[in-house]
Amino acid sequence: MSVLRTMLVLTLLAPLTAAADIGQIKTLAGGVTVLRGGASIPATLGLRLEAADVVETASDGEVGITFVDNTRMSAGPGSRIELARFRFDATTHDGEFVTRVRRGTLSVISGQMAKRSPDAMKVETPTSVLAVRGTRFLVKVD
Amino acid sequence: MAVAVVGLAATLAGCSRDLVVLLPDEDGKVGQLAVRSDGGDVVLDSAYAASEGGGFTGPVTRTAGEAEVDATFARALAALPAAPAHFTLYFTEGTTNLERDSADEMQAMLDEVARRAAPEVQVTGHTDRLGSVADNDRLARQRAAMVRGVLIRRGLAGSMVRAVGRGEREPLVPTADEVREPRNRRVEITVR
Repeated sequence: MSVLRTMLVLTLLAPLTAAADIGQIKTLAGGVTVLRGGASIPATLGLRLEAADVVETASDGEVGITFVDNTRMSAGPGSRIELARFRFDATTHDGEFVTRVRRGTLSVISGQMAKRSPDAMKVETPTSVLAVRGTRFLVKVD
Repeated sequence: MAVAVVGLAATLAGCSRDLVVLLPDEDGKVGQLAVRSDGGDVVLDSAYAASEGGGFTGPVTRTAGEAEVDATFARALAALPAAPAHFTLYFTEGTTNLERDSADEMQAMLDEVARRAAPEVQVTGHTDRLGSVADNDRLARQRAAMVRGVLIRRGLAGSMVRAVGRGEREPLVPTADEVREPRNRRVEITVR
């Protein structure tokens, strides 16, 4: 009975856990690491990402991510990309998406969030803040 | 001497320099990007418009060359994931049976999933407005679950398929209540 109850609780919890996923690694080459709450996770294809994750590519690394709002992002070698804040309502497409580029190169094709609201998606560099209005762009930080 | 001055400017700005380039969208349209910094705000709104920041002078706006973009961003651009693909399947009234002419679309969806290295699929079931809201919620969930089952039988991990039902709440074709509408009896699928 208690096993059944545990299974039931796990079943009920599963969608909540899934809700924390903000995107997934779709392309991968060379050394790529995800930093999450003090842990360092070697990136794998299909790895699910969470808000506040930091993605780092080595000098031979590159990585591509598709987010749950259909935003696509990819980073070239020697990059540090912080997925600082991510919140998305799949029904209304409202949300908030803040990415920080600390170094390296980033390519972005924005998704449903930026289309819904011009203030929802921001990319920060050490010297500027980019407000995204539904578009494709590149960022490089030395 | 000029080189030394430039070097000094970079040092004072914390050795950090940014380059932002707006590209045309995949459909050829050009979007908009507002760049805000201490040195002032600029709006990029033409293809290959670029803003460079980090020096004494605030952001400098110019047009980037395609060769420069390729040289600087080739690796990042090469790593961009494929665009999400969308499919719609239609169902016969009150059932989880596919309309006959949706079989090809189902196969195209399964082929797309098979083509991708790390696929995840979002399945959303819908109904027309014939019947009660509660019955339609159940039917929409069952239609989505049917598609999810097909994907799992083809080998996709259950954790990579999310199936939800939206009942009669999001008709493709708006109708009055209790109206039969084949185009609303559907499952929408996004393959990422």
